[in-house]
Amino acid sequence: MSADHGAGAEAVESKHERPKHELSAHAKRVYAIRDLLLEKGVLTKNDIQEQVEYMEARTPANGARLVVRAWVDAGFKKRLLADPKAACAEMGIDATSLNEFVVLENTEKVRHLVVCTLCSCYPRPILGRPPDWYKSLNYRARAVNDPRGVMREFGNEVPDDVEIRVHDSTADMRYLVLPLRPKGTEGMSEEELQRLVIRDSLIGVVDPLPAVPKQ
Amino acid sequence: MPRGHHDLGGTPAGPIDRTEHQLDDWEILADAVNQALGAKGIRRTDELRRAREQMDSGLYRALSYYERWIASLETILIEKKILTKEEIDRKVTALEAKWGEP
Amino acid sequence: MSLAVGKYKAGDRVRVRTDDRPGHVRTPYYVRGKNGWVERVYGEFLNPESLGHGGDGLPQRPLYLVGFHQNEVWGEYRPLGRDKLFVDIFEHWLDPA
Repeated sequence: MSADHGAGAEAVESKHERPKHELSAHAKRVYAIRDLLLEKGVLTKNDIQEQVEYMEARTPANGARLVVRAWVDAGFKKRLLADPKAACAEMGIDATSLNEFVVLENTEKVRHLVVCTLCSCYPRPILGRPPDWYKSLNYRARAVNDPRGVMREFGNEVPDDVEIRVHDSTADMRYLVLPLRPKGTEGMSEEELQRLVIRDSLIGVVDPLPAVPKQ
Repeated sequence: MPRGHHDLGGTPAGPIDRTEHQLDDWEILADAVNQALGAKGIRRTDELRRAREQMDSGLYRALSYYERWIASLETILIEKKILTKEEIDRKVTALEAKWGEP
Repeated sequence: MSLAVGKYKAGDRVRVRTDDRPGHVRTPYYVRGKNGWVERVYGEFLNPESLGHGGDGLPQRPLYLVGFHQNEVWGEYRPLGRDKLFVDIFEHWLDPA
């Protein structure tokens, strides 16, 4: 490894220290690949560090902000459904690296569920990295032919008269669910509402958290 | 043609493991190196997908998510003659010596 | 995203082809040969089948959001009802139904 450790190398390696000789064969190879790419000038330390920071800046809180603004502002909701990337820009959320972005609106009678059966496509530029379960082979297999069973595993029993629409992200579109606003949340601030919009409700496997009853 | 091992929709599968893990350093690095190569136009997303689809099916199921990324990234870098397998192997050996193999 | 492209418009009934092509394809196995409808016209996009093998993805192909009734895709799907499945499919994988 080169002697001049730039900020990039240190930033990545300071987080979860684990003795490197204990890593799996494939895990070790990424360090070799990184070093070689740096040595050959294919990438710079900055290139890598930029991407580390890019992903760290993206969390489900972005999705929660979009959803809550749509809940409280009917005009914004219309704009979000018609042109989600522009609506993100309005909220100061950088969605520019998404090719295409589609928002799926839940209603009393319709719930959406998003999956990528072929790999793990996910709206990373908005929400950050997907959860492990979303990338799992079992979710990818069952979301399309057993969405109700999958949702039940997450504690979400969907009545038969509610329609489930599963979206398999096979192309450039990335999907975000706009969940239904929970009942009894009138008068809550946007910040309070955002706490109800958990990440899994943006994928559609569960509904947002219910309103906490007032003491 | 047999169905690809990645083409999982509707295949028999068990319960979903909902435990989540904090990413290890090497996973964060795999993610960042992959994205950086994409940002520079060195590799296309579909090339990586294709490399994963072509890998040995047993390996596909045995490797973890980021291990699959690293394996397919290596395939593409070698295909594009940016790196060779030999030099990666040599570098791994050198790193292992530095890290102190027990 | 241009919308006035391609053979199909929203509402058209389509069937997914059962082509057995080698290489990188993004039409999942489980919808091949199934009947559905065009839900949305997404416009034209680079062809992943070319991109996957180092090609430039040109010419761009029309892409559609295609809807299916779950009861028609899977023989044992329950409940019998209105549940639906949507997949993003390129025009060259679709025939009129």
